[in-house]
Amino acid sequence: MRYRLSAAVLAAGVAFPLAAQATDLEVTHWWTSGGEAAAVAELAKAFDATGNKWIDGAIAGSGNTARPVMISRITGGDPMGATQFNHGRQTEELIEAGLMRDVTKVAEEQGWVDIVKPASLLDSCTVDGKIYCVPINIHSWEWLWLSNKAFEDAGVEVPTNWDEFVAAAPALKEAGKVPLAIGGQPWQAGGAFRVLVTGIGGPDLYEKVYGDKDADAAGGPEMAKVFDAVEDMREMSAGSNVQDWNQATNLVITGQAGGQIMGDWAQGEFQIAGQVAGEDYSCLPGLGVNEAISTGGDAFYFPTLDDETESAAQLELASVMLDPKTQVAFNLKKGSLPVRGDVDLEAANDCMRKGLDILARGDIVSSGEQLMNQDSLNQINDLIAEFLATPDMTTEAAQERFVDIVASAK
Amino acid sequence: MTAKIASLPMILTASVVFAGGTVWTFVYSFTDSGLLPRLRFVGLDQYERLWSTRRWLVSIENLFIYGVCMLVFSLVIGFVLAALLDQKIRFENTFRTIFLYPFALSFIVTGLVWQWLLNPDFGIQGVVQGLGWTSFDFDPLYDPDIVIYGILIAALWQSTGLVMCLMLAGLRGIDEDIWKAARVDGIPMWRTYVFIVIPMLRPVLVTALVIIASGIVKVYDLVVAQTSGGPGIASEVPAKYVYDMMFSSQNLGQGFAASTMMLLSVLIVLIPWAYLEFGKKKHG
Repeated sequence: MRYRLSAAVLAAGVAFPLAAQATDLEVTHWWTSGGEAAAVAELAKAFDATGNKWIDGAIAGSGNTARPVMISRITGGDPMGATQFNHGRQTEELIEAGLMRDVTKVAEEQGWVDIVKPASLLDSCTVDGKIYCVPINIHSWEWLWLSNKAFEDAGVEVPTNWDEFVAAAPALKEAGKVPLAIGGQPWQAGGAFRVLVTGIGGPDLYEKVYGDKDADAAGGPEMAKVFDAVEDMREMSAGSNVQDWNQATNLVITGQAGGQIMGDWAQGEFQIAGQVAGEDYSCLPGLGVNEAISTGGDAFYFPTLDDETESAAQLELASVMLDPKTQVAFNLKKGSLPVRGDVDLEAANDCMRKGLDILARGDIVSSGEQLMNQDSLNQINDLIAEFLATPDMTTEAAQERFVDIVASAK
Repeated sequence: MTAKIASLPMILTASVVFAGGTVWTFVYSFTDSGLLPRLRFVGLDQYERLWSTRRWLVSIENLFIYGVCMLVFSLVIGFVLAALLDQKIRFENTFRTIFLYPFALSFIVTGLVWQWLLNPDFGIQGVVQGLGWTSFDFDPLYDPDIVIYGILIAALWQSTGLVMCLMLAGLRGIDEDIWKAARVDGIPMWRTYVFIVIPMLRPVLVTALVIIASGIVKVYDLVVAQTSGGPGIASEVPAKYVYDMMFSSQNLGQGFAASTMMLLSVLIVLIPWAYLEFGKKKHG
């Protein structure tokens, strides 16, 4: 199906648009799991309502698979109409090379500066005072998802923080469950690690290590405590033989695993499975220790196109994406938080409300993608993935290598 | 003269695409190119980082284990299968088809099939445990120490059929009289194979060797489909390192340095061999 879509998309790229009002615009993204696909359909619906046509260019696999495809299409002279990226530093060089379109005009007309909250989201889209992307949602990594059923089966209370969770692990194991599910891909290991840094070490430590690349902090005793928690994670995740994040989430949904550290996009999966927050599953932002969330997320970028009608459609798409109605519809399905502070999320569930409260309190940190470049992040991902898969690797050895990476990070 | 004109496109392709591309990659491996190539030289920095990166060292080790095993096993198994098929057995066509069939599948499909077969929860281990043998333990893909052998199994399953076919063709080309002569001299069959037939198969062996060796260096898709490098980084291979560096980490310089090292290792093996193989003929 996906392949047929991309074939259609390729064909659409060459076909001439029939009328100025009905322009086909290809939009690439990597939202392919059930909850994600439902959310992206909302965007498509909103864009089609403007009289244009959304040509879906979903690229299966995670961002690490999709981004290379998108980048090589942009640099190779076959740009799409719009494309998803995580806001942050992933597109820095593309913007510098003039391959991305500046959408400041729409931003000023609609006053994005006033409506986008927190302001750091728009900052990440801004290079030299010009705005190059539309933030679409806020995704935070700092969530621990727990299966109420798994804890019931094991005969223990659903934990309210990380320490209780670690203490409950033996009981879960005895009940034949994997205490902590984690997919085998390195980005999941690296992401869960950042959550531990914020949750156990605190937001200040996180900003110091990832933001300032402070090697002393990375080698310090507070960080050692985080690595001890990573060791707990290694023991608790033994036996979760899955690769993709949604397979791991599925273990939690079915009660085969106690919990999972994953971003709030996991919530979309719970919703698709018909589970209710608070009853079937629980969520602990910041591991229940340091309740802070990162404000990374997704943004849409608009590659520079030659065709004028398509360029006009790009701007229409940009404005549709920040429309209050689209924001609500999209984010409810996606499980993420809206980028506008002024929309009413009446239908928001228990967990989303927790997130909104934290956001309103301003307990936020920057996302890993905003602070560090992908190269350094991937090095950390590999390190943590290796650590999780190697039972005889010591925390000291891991921390030592972590310090090296942080010291040379950009 | 016309022959030279006719071969001009090939010469151009070879010099511009292959040689030119190689030189370009080599030059840019000394720069700090990120997402886009740029000429800002940093000396040997990329190579220093490469050889101090644990993942690259693991990749090299894996490629070595995989390469040696792959070479030995696919030649041995391929030859044994071919020799067995050559005994004028019944249903030879059927067996040949069965053995060659996996070769029709891409590495991605092969990798997925074996990822499922080797999955401890619903693959071979799960089935055997379900039959009552609960202590049965076979999950190579989730054990960092032996994961590369799990990948090797899939690769052998896929490619021995081709080696077998090549060998069988070679065996069929051996003159019937040689067999008769050997039998008259009372030489046992295994000795005939080892001391007479195999040396005569030399051209076929070289062909098989080149095909297998090129497959070894570029192994990538099988690993991606089976383990995506996991558990941890235990089944990483150099080609995957190059790809991930260039496209996922947005660090072209590092990827170029790694691919230059891959080229270098191929040359180190290839040049002495080519010298022996082609140098000899001139002398005699």
